[in-house]
Amino acid sequence: MSYAIKQAFKQFFRNGAMSAASLFSISAILLILGFFFLLAVNVSNLAESVKKDFDTIQLHLLDSAEYARSESMMKKLKLMPEVSEVRYLTKDQAMEDFKKLFGDKAYLLEMRQENPLPNSIIVKVRRIEDVDAVVARAKSFDGIEVIKYYKEAVNRLIRFTRFIQAGAMALILFLVVISIVVVSNTIKLTVVARDREIAIMKYVGATNWFIRGPFLVEGILMGVISAAISAGIVALVYARVIDLFGTDLAVMLSTSFVPLDFMIGNLAVIFAALGAGIGACGSIISMRRFLDT
Amino acid sequence: MIEYKNVTKTYGANIGLEDVSVRIDKGEFVFLVGPSGAGKSTFIKLMLKEIKPDSGSIHFDSLDITKMSNRGVPKLRRSIGIVFQDFRLLPKKTVYENVAFAMEIIHMGPRVIRRQVPQALSLVGISSKASEYPDELSAGEQQRVAIARAIVNNPSVLIADEPTGNLDPETAWEIMRLLEQINLRGTTVVMVTHAKDIVNKMNRRVISIRNGRITRDEKKGGYGADDEEIGGAGLLLQGRLSGL
Repeated sequence: MSYAIKQAFKQFFRNGAMSAASLFSISAILLILGFFFLLAVNVSNLAESVKKDFDTIQLHLLDSAEYARSESMMKKLKLMPEVSEVRYLTKDQAMEDFKKLFGDKAYLLEMRQENPLPNSIIVKVRRIEDVDAVVARAKSFDGIEVIKYYKEAVNRLIRFTRFIQAGAMALILFLVVISIVVVSNTIKLTVVARDREIAIMKYVGATNWFIRGPFLVEGILMGVISAAISAGIVALVYARVIDLFGTDLAVMLSTSFVPLDFMIGNLAVIFAALGAGIGACGSIISMRRFLDT
Repeated sequence: MIEYKNVTKTYGANIGLEDVSVRIDKGEFVFLVGPSGAGKSTFIKLMLKEIKPDSGSIHFDSLDITKMSNRGVPKLRRSIGIVFQDFRLLPKKTVYENVAFAMEIIHMGPRVIRRQVPQALSLVGISSKASEYPDELSAGEQQRVAIARAIVNNPSVLIADEPTGNLDPETAWEIMRLLEQINLRGTTVVMVTHAKDIVNKMNRRVISIRNGRITRDEKKGGYGADDEEIGGAGLLLQGRLSGL
């Protein structure tokens, strides 16, 4: 083990220029990857917070429907496991809410003699995907004029977040493959430079893992250093972005960026794991041809 | 100790070995002779499990190495020491480090290494050059270092692939005496060679391979006429070897 680590550091510094080139490219790749990761996380976060506003179903009741009937409907809805909250909204209360929306222009609504708004039942579902089930149930009730919910909007939102997540995933995978190739090429240089030594090691009876050891450590070393570099840069840039646009975002979309101190820990772990994984895979690939017995 | 049973190995249309059966006992000293391309290298590579035979079996001690998985290869090679014509020392390591390297890579502790390396160096008579680098040594001295490296882990078999090929006659004989001495300690020695003079004077077992078959196996044999090289390159080689 100590042999592997000693050798790895020697090799790393002996191939200074190539090692630097590898560090550069892995860092660049991890950087791009990091930004996409942040984008994906923030889009998901945004989607989650927006979804919260869409988990409501409004059952507008016919004016002819008596309160007793709506009560029995509410009871039935409450029994459904998908439903988290059921509440009755009278037409007067609805008007009050409506007026609030108009603020100082509320007097415009006063002109109407009769309240055109219906009495309604407000249902909240636990999970946005359950909307359909609840709507289907509600359709079987008598006395409902119309059911209002945001199915299309929600579906579109879900599709959008899935697209972003899948896109980010594909890109990340692609970049990981590229960096493995870069690392394996760099390490191949050391392997070739030491092929005499490797041949002797094999003849004397070193195990393949013993021969791989130093190269594996070299690869992991490159990966971890790159991870540290790129995690640092991503953190700095992200902090700056939050500084510049954080309040704008909060105003526009009533949601905020996922905070840096929450992200950075995860990001560092992901980067370190990815970096080490890239390095390890790269070195194992670079050695394959040399270890075939 | 080592037993080949009906071993055949082909490389496409070319024959490496064809239906070879032979047995080498513990403590023997065996010369493997024959023209270039006759199958000597194939014979050695099969013993090291560098290649696999098409058919037949090879037993090392009681182990059938043709059935052994690749994971067993390192262990097999630890019981075989190898010396090459071109020494194959690591130029950036000293004599001592070159020999110690063979022990380090099979996880021997530093104390064992400090004890056994000087012993191996003194056995091959190179102790005084322990801290020098290979390119500061003569060819004969380099081969001694290579032998020290091959025996430092106490292998039961020492394979010498033309160990005297790069040496002048006098130095070649010094190396031969060293190999004989190692053989006397109980190590089986298998030596591939074209050195007619050496084979004749040593008067040991000679296995002659030609076109992938064993054509001669004598307990106290000499170098036969049909073991000579054929063709231009062979003649050149003969010219050099006849000086031995």
